[in-house]
Amino acid sequence: YSISYRVRAASAKLAKQRESHLSVKERIDKKRTAALVGGGQKRIDAQHKKGKLTARERVELLLDPESFVESDMFVEHRCSDFGMEQDRNKFPGDSVVTGRGRINGRLVYVFSQDFTVFGGSLSGAHAQKICKIMDQAMTVGAPVIGLNDSGGARIQEGVESLAGYADIFLRNVMASGVVPQISLIMGPCAGGAVYSPALTDFTFMVKDTSYLFITGPDVVKSVTNEDVTQEELGGAKTHTTVSGVAHHAFENDVEALLNVREFFNFLPLSNQDPAPMRECHDCSDRLVHSLDTIVPFETTKAYDMLDIIQTIVDESDFFEIMPSYAKNIVVGFARMNGRTVGIVGNQPKVKVYIISCLDINSSVKGARFVRFCDAFNIPIITFVDVPGFLPGTAQEYGGIIRHGAKLLYAFAEATVPKITIITRKAYGGAYDVMSSKHLRGDVNYAWPTAEVAVMGAKGAVQIIFRGKENQAEAEAEYVEKFANPFPAAVRGFVDDIIEPSTTRKRICRDLEVLASKKQINPWKKHANIPL
Amino acid sequence: MAAHRVSPSLNRLLFAVKYASFQSGGCAVHCNAQYSTVHSPSEKTFDKILIANRGEIACRVMKTCHKMGIQTVAVHSDVDSSAVHVKMADEAVCVGPAPTSKSYLNMDAIMDAIRATGAQAVHPGYGFLSENKEFAKRLAAEGVAFIGPDTHAIMAMGDKIESKLIAKAANVNTIPGYDGVVKVWAHIQAFVLLLGYPVMIKASAGGGGKGMRIAWNAEETREGFRFSSQEAASSFGDDRLLIEKFIDNPRHIEIQVLADKHGNALWLNERECSIQRRNQKVVEEAPSTFLDPVTRRAMGEQAVQLAKAVQYSSAGTVEFLVDSKKNFYFLEMNTRLQVEHPITECITGLDLVEQMIRVAKGYQLQHKQEDIPINGWAIESRVYAEDPYKSFGLPSIGRLSKYQEPLNLSNVRVDSGIQEGSDISIYYDPMISKLVTYGATRAEALARMEDALDNYVIRGVTHNIPLLREIITHPRFISGDISTNFLPEVYPDGFKGHQLDLDTRRELLASAAALYITAQLRSQKVLGDLSPVECSRWELYVQLEDGSHSVEVTKSGNVEVDGGKVEVSGQWNLASPLLPLTINGTHRTLQCLSRDASGRILLQYLGTSFKVRVLSKLAAEFNSYMPEKVPEDTSSILRSPMPGTVVAVSVKPGDPVAEGQEICVIEAMKMQNSLTAVKQAKVKSVHCKPGETVGEGDLLVELE
Repeated sequence: YSISYRVRAASAKLAKQRESHLSVKERIDKKRTAALVGGGQKRIDAQHKKGKLTARERVELLLDPESFVESDMFVEHRCSDFGMEQDRNKFPGDSVVTGRGRINGRLVYVFSQDFTVFGGSLSGAHAQKICKIMDQAMTVGAPVIGLNDSGGARIQEGVESLAGYADIFLRNVMASGVVPQISLIMGPCAGGAVYSPALTDFTFMVKDTSYLFITGPDVVKSVTNEDVTQEELGGAKTHTTVSGVAHHAFENDVEALLNVREFFNFLPLSNQDPAPMRECHDCSDRLVHSLDTIVPFETTKAYDMLDIIQTIVDESDFFEIMPSYAKNIVVGFARMNGRTVGIVGNQPKVKVYIISCLDINSSVKGARFVRFCDAFNIPIITFVDVPGFLPGTAQEYGGIIRHGAKLLYAFAEATVPKITIITRKAYGGAYDVMSSKHLRGDVNYAWPTAEVAVMGAKGAVQIIFRGKENQAEAEAEYVEKFANPFPAAVRGFVDDIIEPSTTRKRICRDLEVLASKKQINPWKKHANIPL
Repeated sequence: MAAHRVSPSLNRLLFAVKYASFQSGGCAVHCNAQYSTVHSPSEKTFDKILIANRGEIACRVMKTCHKMGIQTVAVHSDVDSSAVHVKMADEAVCVGPAPTSKSYLNMDAIMDAIRATGAQAVHPGYGFLSENKEFAKRLAAEGVAFIGPDTHAIMAMGDKIESKLIAKAANVNTIPGYDGVVKVWAHIQAFVLLLGYPVMIKASAGGGGKGMRIAWNAEETREGFRFSSQEAASSFGDDRLLIEKFIDNPRHIEIQVLADKHGNALWLNERECSIQRRNQKVVEEAPSTFLDPVTRRAMGEQAVQLAKAVQYSSAGTVEFLVDSKKNFYFLEMNTRLQVEHPITECITGLDLVEQMIRVAKGYQLQHKQEDIPINGWAIESRVYAEDPYKSFGLPSIGRLSKYQEPLNLSNVRVDSGIQEGSDISIYYDPMISKLVTYGATRAEALARMEDALDNYVIRGVTHNIPLLREIITHPRFISGDISTNFLPEVYPDGFKGHQLDLDTRRELLASAAALYITAQLRSQKVLGDLSPVECSRWELYVQLEDGSHSVEVTKSGNVEVDGGKVEVSGQWNLASPLLPLTINGTHRTLQCLSRDASGRILLQYLGTSFKVRVLSKLAAEFNSYMPEKVPEDTSSILRSPMPGTVVAVSVKPGDPVAEGQEICVIEAMKMQNSLTAVKQAKVKSVHCKPGETVGEGDLLVELE
């Protein structure tokens, strides 16, 4: 009997084990299923009704099909106050979806805040999940893309939530210059939360459905008595045209995500990687004849710098950063013979400024872009047509001196390959600033239409020949002497005067040579850019 | 050029062969134009010719000058200082600012340029000073040869009434009509019996269609007579009427003549120029499908009679209206080189500019009438910078950011005076080029034209290639059933672009999908990164116009559109504007006009550009949640429909306006366009003032 008893006992134990195992498996499945629907179908429908995708849909569209590897699906918030401990208030994964995946085969870490769970509010657990993938991204060297759609702090958690923000901020700062960080604002992002996007390299917004502000319209009304809508205060238009907080705005979620995919292709995965090189169908020695006639004879007449940029770069593919802000400078990414480059150009075709002067906003816009390129090994190509800094009390009182210094600082500090083309005017201090030879420009070219001088002929003659007659004659002489590329060329401040049509060919060849450029700035704890 | 002096029979063929491209760096002067080289180098003409024109015709004349070893002088306005014709010339003189009245029509400045450069002769091209008797006189006074007819011929043919009388006297058919004023009904009755119906009754003082009636029988004539005289009296205060035979559904066919100063004259066959819009020719061909040898000869002989009657010398054109019964009537004579002269050159092998230069020097014609052949068929399309969707062509301006002529094809000739980077400005004619194709038969020439239009790359300005391609592929055009009313008859509601059928829609969708996949796959080809997951089949949704279509693409190029199979293959170069594809075995060249990250592709297919959006199945599903954004309410905003100059602003802020009331007038390329309010409202703000230049889409006036 003993044998049969033992057999029976063993099978009973097994059955019990199997039973508990099954119930764990069931629970896993249940949790997973629950995680996939976030705050539930009702809230998902509400999200759709607002013209917004859900957190998971966004991730799915952003990443290559079936490439998403999720982490922390089982994480739940740990709050036990205000009834939060009840089961119905617990959502597996909490209010954010995190993980890694690929964009065109290239590794990226992603977090996507889930508005359907407590309005996407940030709990301690939520922050922890974000921090975890940011830490991993830093370890392996891959970019982080944050999809923001959050009502703010999880008020029930209080200080825990605040700590969470700070944890993220710290990581944003630590990752800055190590891996590219992109924020895509796809819903509300208010209060302290805004500082995470502000610390990342690029902030994109979705028109009509996303907002960024420190305090909302109600608080504004009570404090300053201003009547302002959410859209006016912190909508995509405000931040891409007035404040300069956001770098681009897109029509809707789908467009935004597809564009971020495209944008991602330009970026290296980390500061350890060279600028990416993609297969290129455009001939590197293609001549661009239209450039020979693009600069008008009248020096005051405008032309569009974008025409120059678009015809020179591969396949006319130019991803402009901040296209609606400080339009007197154009910055953005393109490729030359497949290799990503950063383009900076003065824009003569701006109605508000009449001329392509540097001012506070354009200096800051340019400086930040140049520093990003330098941090991530992206060569910088600068097109110069600058008559100087913008005069006026508004500029002086606003601190054009220290803001202009940022652009100067950024160009001087940069050690990536720097190629500069002077298309027309390069006057005064602005000439020095715009990636001149003196700021370690590697290759500096002048087009035949270039004029490198302290100032325009008229102004110069008024100073040199003050009070004297024959100003017109003197002006003609000045033009003859200085309104051409020779004064700079004879001194070696430009390396060559080139036919505009050959510009693409020259840049492509130079970039090949400069690929092995090595330049190191003196050791320092960190530099002290005039912020 | 000397290397090309070969036997005359070969020359004929060579002439139709393509010109060398202007594109390649500064080659304009050394351009390898393959011309008829009947020209004998021993025949001395001029040492230096000034070309008093711009654009393609200036370039055209210079090519022949180069061939003949003649030095060339270009004149130009300040905005044209880097134009192709200036680069091509041996010398160039600026004759004033942009407006033509101050430059290309500035006789004083041009006379100065002639003296300064020592030019012995002037070729005026067409337009500008080409039919200006004053200019011809001034040249004669200074002993400079005018490459064109003598002053008396210009004068005689320049006046419509006089030219008709001369033509009549020279036994040239003129539109039958009573040359005086008709007063009495009986008078008319008698006359109508003579003319036959239909007749046109028009006010002597008339214009703009007022006081004009067409009558097909006696009853209508009587009525027309009464109405017309009433209308004429009330409109013009002058009830005098004229009566003329009405030419129903006429064709416009013209005869090229060539005459010397020794009384010899030839007719160089006809050109069919019936396809017109607003009395401007769009597509021309030589010969005409409509003429039989007898009619051709009769027209040719009458044209020569007229030329002889006015002692015409040089090249000229006698225009006729031809009715459906092949009756032809003299319209007018153009005493200059005609825009559409290349098609005559193609079928006859003559270089008309060369002949004009020889004749101006006083040489006799080299050819006899029996030497003038009709070799093959030539078609000319006038490629304009204009929007064909707005009344068959409203001018557009811009910078040719990309420009590539289809010279890689054989038997294609492109006469142009612009190049990549050129500006099409509001100051001058918006013609981009004359695209000429040549073939042994009309069908061959037409097929080539289709191909040439598909391979013509123009970016930066709106152009009329969509319309040109629709015309030359229209069954009525192909069968030769055309008249000057062709465009309004075929497109009564205006031109709407190519209309896709089931098959062509599939082809378009399949091409767009394949292009999209090519770009997607290329995005994964990044040096040194991990290789992506292999995929060999894609499910896509392609939106076109208002419909969405399911499209499946496999890596091998098989595409399934809405369940129907389409095979697409080709060279997928994402940098090239041209996409030479083979779709279901047929070769087609598409053009990718633009492509963006959100899947929007603008494809030029069968001449028309189509907006397509390609989305993955997933993106398409998600896209359905995206809200439709309400477009800006345009009824209270008046924008300029074209670039131009504001001539007048008729309102000021606060003014009430009624629906249809004129708000302002924009002038573009010599056309004045009155812009009106689309609703009754109050003017909120005015954003333009007279004299200002405005761009297309610029805000002019806001209403409340």
